[in-house]
Amino acid sequence: MDLCLSAHMQKGFIILQKNHFAKIAEQERVNLLISIKNVRKVYSSRQGEVKAVDRVDLEIKEGEIFGVIGYSGAGKSTLIRMLNGLEIPTEGSITVAGREVSRIKGAELRKARQEISMIFQHFNLLWSRTVADNIAFPLEIAGVPKKERDSRVKELISLVGLDGREGAYPSQLSGGQKQRVGIARALANNPKVLLCDEATSALDPQTTDSILDLLVDINERLRLTIVLITHEMHVIRKICHRVAVMEGGAIVERGPVLHVFKNPEKPVTKRFVQQVTEPEETKETIGHLLANYPRGQVIQLTFVGEGAEQPLITNLIRKFPLTVNILQGKISQTQNGSYGTLFIHLDGEEPDVTNALTFIKEQEVGVEVISHG
Amino acid sequence: MAELIPNVVWEEMWEATLETLYMSAISVVATFILGTVLGLLLFLTAKGNIWENKPINFIISAFVNIFRSIPFIILIVLLIPFTMLIMDTMIGENAALPALIIGAAPFYARMVEIGLREIDKGVIEAAKSMGAKTPTIIWKVLLPESMPALVSGITVTAIALVSYTAMAGVIGAGGLGNLAYLEGFQRSQGDVTLVATIIILIIVFTIQFIGDYITTKLDKR
Repeated sequence: MDLCLSAHMQKGFIILQKNHFAKIAEQERVNLLISIKNVRKVYSSRQGEVKAVDRVDLEIKEGEIFGVIGYSGAGKSTLIRMLNGLEIPTEGSITVAGREVSRIKGAELRKARQEISMIFQHFNLLWSRTVADNIAFPLEIAGVPKKERDSRVKELISLVGLDGREGAYPSQLSGGQKQRVGIARALANNPKVLLCDEATSALDPQTTDSILDLLVDINERLRLTIVLITHEMHVIRKICHRVAVMEGGAIVERGPVLHVFKNPEKPVTKRFVQQVTEPEETKETIGHLLANYPRGQVIQLTFVGEGAEQPLITNLIRKFPLTVNILQGKISQTQNGSYGTLFIHLDGEEPDVTNALTFIKEQEVGVEVISHG
Repeated sequence: MAELIPNVVWEEMWEATLETLYMSAISVVATFILGTVLGLLLFLTAKGNIWENKPINFIISAFVNIFRSIPFIILIVLLIPFTMLIMDTMIGENAALPALIIGAAPFYARMVEIGLREIDKGVIEAAKSMGAKTPTIIWKVLLPESMPALVSGITVTAIALVSYTAMAGVIGAGGLGNLAYLEGFQRSQGDVTLVATIIILIIVFTIQFIGDYITTKLDKR
């Protein structure tokens, strides 16, 4: 059982590691597309001033998928809405694709918005228009002639996998299909950035995954920069290259997704990471086991990249006279490598257990003793 | 037939019907345009909207509320100087039009406003995020998305207008109301009143049927 699991982890890690480095190298070469400098957004209400976004600095590179995660009220929604000028910052500047969206107005802002598309949690389609006419809407706004519009709409419909549904009205579509229309509509004018405002939060898990796959596909095929906000770590894990964690209007932690998964520093980040790495039932399983095996120690191992190249569990059993019991294991794939957690129970003589722990630490594997038996 | 309704002169009845239809049709069209404009202004100048403007919103809102509250029969009398000014007469179908339109447009404007408010704010925001101008938002988002509400609203308003024309008839505007009052009521010819009423009912039911049909056809929600 343990051999099987570690072998599986190894294979996955090695492959993903290669992708990881290839992607990082690729990202170094590209330019900045979005730069947010010292931005604040303050709303004045009867109760006084409310700081929605508080001194945020952020740079997003061309071609990357950047995620902003936070609980509701963290200011992520306000932040993303400032990127296309739906909200104007109280202070600071925002530049997207060479235009300072925080300052431009009127025709210039409208022109800029055609290059900064947005998709929404509740899709925001026009119910009075068919799928094809909804997708044609931004083209009408941009003044594209009818003939070109029609052929572009056709292309987009097959890009998002909605062939045969062009004549349907939004009310006849499922949630996932509606979001596909939303995505096609957003891509119509060949934007430079796609903003996703909780785009999968109204969808079931399976549909969420298919929409996320579509977003990755678009990102890779069109080299389109994607900025998304979400409260689900699953979304960040699955498609983002880099992530910023927001709390109370400020960015409290940021970095490549794998890095943040490996070393979450702030409590809020830890909680988000746990959403993905530690299923609910883990605690119950451990509690159960501690009751059954009063001896020994329960340990959480975290594998990132190279740490998984060694068959750790096998070495552990060969080197130390210990009983190793695997409680739970999980591998999470991220866009820049994978991340695994394994809960094991070590049982044996005291010096052996301590030596084993030291040995594990030498293997560049994260170790956390959950509790003493 | 002739024995049951001895006093009905069909030529008169037909002429009165045409007058009623004429007054109703013109005033419905004018009310639809004026009411839609007022309703759009009420909606767009409201708090948090594209043309947010407190004073203008207050003025339109006050105008709408005042004219919507005045009983129609009083409104006709109040508007006599205005009607004399623009129509130069107080008699005939055309003389009834200003009062009909001014009485019905504010009523319809409120319905338009309610219909527009029901549009998902997100849809308007989506249009903005695509770089749409305000006229584009009005013509391609606000009006099409609220069309079923606009049509069912104008249906209700049109029916109210038919009954307003009957009231206007009493003070000399012609039409079925005039006929029913002068020929029917004042000369105690019950059959004339009855036939005029039946024709008005037919007109009302037809409007309702057409309105309902268009509303269901338009509504793709």
